[in-house]
Amino acid sequence: MLVCINTMNTDFIFLIFIGALAGAASGYLGSYMVLKRMSLVGDALSHVALPGMAIALTLSINPILGALVALFIAILGIWYLEEKSEIYPEALVGIFFTASLAIGILITPEPELLEALFGDIEKVTRVDGILVIAASILIFFVTSSISKKLTVGIISEDLAKSGGINVSKVNLIYLLMVGLVIALGVKFLGTLLTGALVIVPAAAAKNIAKSIGGFQLLASVAGLASTGLGIILAKILGFPSGPTVVLVAVLIFIASYLFKERAY
Amino acid sequence: MKTVLSVKGLEVAFNGHKIVDDVSLDVVRDSTIAIIGPNGAGKTVLFRAVLGLIPYKGKVTWAEDARIGYVPQKLFISKDFPLTVSEFLHFKEQDHKIIHEILNSVGFKDVASSHTHNDVRVLRTKLGALSGGELQRVLIAYALLGKPNVLLFDEPTSGVDVSAEETIYSLIDKLKAEKDLTIIFISHELQVVYKYADSVLCLNKEKICFGPPREVVDKESLTKLYGEDVSLYQHHEH
Repeated sequence: MLVCINTMNTDFIFLIFIGALAGAASGYLGSYMVLKRMSLVGDALSHVALPGMAIALTLSINPILGALVALFIAILGIWYLEEKSEIYPEALVGIFFTASLAIGILITPEPELLEALFGDIEKVTRVDGILVIAASILIFFVTSSISKKLTVGIISEDLAKSGGINVSKVNLIYLLMVGLVIALGVKFLGTLLTGALVIVPAAAAKNIAKSIGGFQLLASVAGLASTGLGIILAKILGFPSGPTVVLVAVLIFIASYLFKERAY
Repeated sequence: MKTVLSVKGLEVAFNGHKIVDDVSLDVVRDSTIAIIGPNGAGKTVLFRAVLGLIPYKGKVTWAEDARIGYVPQKLFISKDFPLTVSEFLHFKEQDHKIIHEILNSVGFKDVASSHTHNDVRVLRTKLGALSGGELQRVLIAYALLGKPNVLLFDEPTSGVDVSAEETIYSLIDKLKAEKDLTIIFISHELQVVYKYADSVLCLNKEKICFGPPREVVDKESLTKLYGEDVSLYQHHEH
């Protein structure tokens, strides 16, 4: 593999770097998603990106921006439901997400459809890369600054509110960060698989974490490793990057699960 | 006598059903108030309303300098929720020494004898893995870290054994003796109410009685509160 890396050009190394960075940001944000028991919502949320990308492609603007707008609208919907009801109307969320996927498939121009669904790292541009770096810094900065409040809110909303925490605002900021990280991942993994990067590394980390600090670190590292290794493996084996990255993440999850079973 | 909390005509309704109806009371500073009533009487709802956590009708006024600490009945987290007691308490206080002192004062004696906080078992334990009594004490510690002068304590109906319960109330009594602290607690044990409360609020959707326990808790109010079968509760009277 070392030989392979030596023969890689700087563009590919840059690609691994920003992929891994997006993976780490996804894992970090995913750690709260798993604690909030919103894993399925996190996963399905990525489907919403498709119609946004389709419209952006038709208008010849960067599809990441289209994905971002669509995701932010969906996030506002999810946040509203989270605020207004005690439990998630899961069926409704499922219907909404699959509907966006169906509409997205219909309106995405045929040549771009496969790329939009499964991602293509060959198409990741320098501008996309810079966007990923800036957004990842923003995600780590913003999320760590609301981390305490977010966690107390997950443990007990009453405890948080009685301590003067604006749980509703904190949740909205957090969910917007999730929308941002999914929009970043879409280029790499496509709209069908990006959500997995928010959920799988965090789920793996939860299997072995002994503290919240350790959990967040492990989730970030698992996200970083999944994307980094996945992109390299995909290149070596000639596989598409999206499914390879997700399968590496799943292998990490299985390993952590076996480790947990042995530990007990 | 200064009041720390004044409630007037409090009314809380969920889906058109009144859960708390026209409740008024004044809580005197530095006193201990118990709230008793059957399951579903609206005790926790009353707490959540005065804390401003749910919408209500009526008037709730706190003294301007009131710093409120809230101890909820339980937390809805799984056993493997990856948050240690240490991390939880550090959300509110950075100083290890203060955390040690508070844990000591809520009855974790091993904390006091240990000098390095990494050696203390309870600090490394996940919040969800604590026993009912331990979790209660950690939640009290969390509330105390905010230096409250009013403590709202929602006693759990289950999960705490009798000896742990004893400890918590003697602990609360000790805290009161040490500082200016008003305590409002929800209880299911009349025995505890007689022993520790200055006043008791009997609640069954509406206010059934309010005043010193030995004066207001009688057969009539208990019948109104719990129905005819009150013998179960009376055997706690001493």
